Amino acid sequence: MALYGQKQFHIVNHSVPREDGFDKVTGRATYAADIKYPNMIYAAMLRLVGVASAKVTKIDTSKALKLAGVLAVFTADSFPKMKSWARYFYITDTVRYVGDVIAIIAAETYAIAEEAKKLIHVTYEELPAVFDIREAMKEGAHPVHEEYPDNIFTDSIYTLRKGDTEKGFEQADLIIERTYETQYAEHAYIEPEAVVASEDSSNGEMTIHASAQNPFFTRRYVADILQIPLNRVHIIQETLGGSFGGKEEGVGLLAARAAFVCHVLHRPVKMVYTREESILESSKRHPFLLTYRAGVKKDGRIVAWEATQIGNSGAYNNQTQFLNWRACAHCAGAYDIPNIKSKTFGVFTNNVHSGAFRGYSSPQLLFAQEQFIEEIAEELGMEPLKLRLINCLRDGSTVATGAKVSEVLLPDIIEYTAKQTDYTKKYEQNKTQSGRIRKGIGMAISHRGCGYGAESPDAAGAFLIVNEDASVLLHSGIAENGQGLKTVYCQIAAEALGVPYENIRFFGTDTHRIPDCGMTVASRGTVMGSQAVKKAGEKLNLILREHACTLGFFDSGKGGAPNDRIAQDLVLREGHIFDPSYHEYQVPLADVTNIALWKGLNMAAYEWHVPDPCIQEHDTQQGRAFPTYSYTCVVAELEVDTGTGEVTLKNVHSSHDVGTAINPALIKGQIYGGIVMGWGYASMEEVVLKNGIVGSRNLDEYLIPTAMDMPNMKVSIFECDDNSGTYGAKSVGEPAIECVAAAIANALYNATGRRIRCNPAGLENVLIGRKLW
Amino acid sequence: MQKLKFVLNGKCVEVEVEGCARLIDVIRENLGLTGTKEGCGIGECGACTVIIDGDAVDSCLYPALRAQGKNVTTIEGLAKDGRLSALQQAVLDHHALQCGFCTPGFIMSATALLNKNPKPSREEIKNAIAGNLCRCTGYEQMIEAVLDASGQTEIDNDSA
Repeated sequence: MALYGQKQFHIVNHSVPREDGFDKVTGRATYAADIKYPNMIYAAMLRLVGVASAKVTKIDTSKALKLAGVLAVFTADSFPKMKSWARYFYITDTVRYVGDVIAIIAAETYAIAEEAKKLIHVTYEELPAVFDIREAMKEGAHPVHEEYPDNIFTDSIYTLRKGDTEKGFEQADLIIERTYETQYAEHAYIEPEAVVASEDSSNGEMTIHASAQNPFFTRRYVADILQIPLNRVHIIQETLGGSFGGKEEGVGLLAARAAFVCHVLHRPVKMVYTREESILESSKRHPFLLTYRAGVKKDGRIVAWEATQIGNSGAYNNQTQFLNWRACAHCAGAYDIPNIKSKTFGVFTNNVHSGAFRGYSSPQLLFAQEQFIEEIAEELGMEPLKLRLINCLRDGSTVATGAKVSEVLLPDIIEYTAKQTDYTKKYEQNKTQSGRIRKGIGMAISHRGCGYGAESPDAAGAFLIVNEDASVLLHSGIAENGQGLKTVYCQIAAEALGVPYENIRFFGTDTHRIPDCGMTVASRGTVMGSQAVKKAGEKLNLILREHACTLGFFDSGKGGAPNDRIAQDLVLREGHIFDPSYHEYQVPLADVTNIALWKGLNMAAYEWHVPDPCIQEHDTQQGRAFPTYSYTCVVAELEVDTGTGEVTLKNVHSSHDVGTAINPALIKGQIYGGIVMGWGYASMEEVVLKNGIVGSRNLDEYLIPTAMDMPNMKVSIFECDDNSGTYGAKSVGEPAIECVAAAIANALYNATGRRIRCNPAGLENVLIGRKLW
Repeated sequence: MQKLKFVLNGKCVEVEVEGCARLIDVIRENLGLTGTKEGCGIGECGACTVIIDGDAVDSCLYPALRAQGKNVTTIEGLAKDGRLSALQQAVLDHHALQCGFCTPGFIMSATALLNKNPKPSREEIKNAIAGNLCRCTGYEQMIEAVLDASGQTEIDNDSA
């Protein structure tokens, strides 16, 4: 048992206050929509909205152009290129989904730009379309893209082969197969996307203030549309009002559109999505159609597992291939199964494109896998907890990719959480209840590969500068998304450098100040992205101790020591340099830096970290997919009104092995937030699409949980001795959500005896077992 | 254009506004206070919450001219001489924010609550902030912060 509290650190492993907290509680924090330039204009986007597949034949802009205050109307013809480097369209004349932009209006005010939209007359021919992935895969279905005639996104196919499933199924006493389906879900970050573009005409530099999750990623779009080098594009990430994977491609497109209008009209341009536009154009959580087949021995051992995982990519590829790689690696849940065969792929449809969303496929897969495990248990007549414990990963197990895992706390976490919640007793009691209000308890477990793994090199850099007053500036290309990254990075820098936390400032990510460090995704920021921060801190710590020696602070006699000291004899901690043998003599760091500057000594360190490679064999996906895994167990308790289908989530206990808790309060915030977001996904959140038309247009129709919906929450943080991540830290941002909907679905079954195999569990789904629309 | 005069964060302000102007636009655009945020424009998310004569109000739904002669407080009006209000400090202490976009609206709703009800229960707090959507925090630390700001502390049983 290793609950938080056993480790010894000075600054990490403590709940220090947020680096950006003061600005955020006073309203001073600047978000992209708050930026204003003199002479600034506004641009608005025109879409067909009511048609998901069409060829635009004519756009009559004459009336709009006559409206006072309208400066220009851009259509596909007026853009230098329609298609971005990443296949989406800045603007298009062929609509493949309702979010596609067909015209952009620039005007003196936002209101005029919006008014002008109504004066534009569009003529179009409606084209055939396909919306359901089963339909899209049928012969003769309308191809969304000419390059993919059968709509299967071939670049996103991943197949995994571990052991021999044929033999495994032969050995099985029982074979069981089930299919599950998940829905479109919206990120619903509270800040709608916003960008402000401004060009310096003297040197052609384009500056963009953006609500960008990944400033370097956004930069590619701007350089692409303007066809200028990356060093002429300056992206400043303003305070980001939530993202969860959603402000990637969409913000890139928005930034490029603003940059182009700004470049043509020679005026700063602001573009802000309305909530309706944000829901319309931005990516969604991939809906998945998931079929699992398992071969099981009577004693509960799972000996064979087959998975078919099909994602609805929507109209454009938005990271489907990367997401599917992760889905492939996690195709068999947190279980040690000797024989596994799986196929994962995406299918194009004329729906909103699916993209990255917290979990990157795991909430979908686990919704199915963790219910499937319980369905297997039921067929075997075994308690689901027992089945999990028989098969779950533990020290020495091999995951689906064949790699061995160690330091696995999963069995401990499961048993601890079950005990804390009195799971077994309640589970049995609930099965025999009667009456209108029924109680349910459900469990789900997971393992999650930390960081990019074999998807991409998980490399990043960091730059630390000490000033003469011993204050420190930290630069990183990994960005604050609201999760607390600045705080965690300042803690790690302070720990490694040996200065107080308050001395470090990480003011923000800006593409002119640091190399591209990859994206702030995959819950990689703490586990891997910050390795370079630690390295730079350690390097600078040594440099400053050397300076203390060079400048004579530790010559013989100083502090009573008989000999001259070298850097290796000294310690720099909490802003003081000292010789542990003569520790009463402490030199404040500022005394050293103040002289070092004027002596021309280096007071900065830049480091780049590349973790050990993760390599897999492509056709079988066997090999080391991730440096390490986070482990999770969630138990949810709820009540169902069997008269109305209303579900009240009462209690959720969420236990996580985070390796080392860099900042426990921030971790709790991630987990609480993940529980509530997961509850929304399980019960009320669905972007309703009918023939590709988005029916949930604003937050009155797309409902997310409020404070009145939240359950009582209990968080247990476990730590272990796995040192793969920075100071032993592992991922938590995505683990926090991934098991929640699965645990709720299992609790619903425990309460009602009805399996919800199609998420979410809205009233009618709970009551009659299907959705009504 | 019509003249609008009201008290904003303790100071008298006067602006010329269109008859249809929304209070949020007057605060953000005309008066330059950008702490008040717009998240949905239809009064669902509460990011634009301000306090008008003691009540928490969605400024995106509020016609600016209705504020004539009234007392309006925004997030910028809470700290006095650089000192945070007890609630602002509690929000920091409890890590009751993440991305921060909903934070001003939430703080305004909770401030209006505490002004009327200095010792609210957990349920009363939930009710008061039910109109403030937060996608990051799961609300738990927000509620703890409001309880703390009102001098009520809850025993934290969590293993962290």
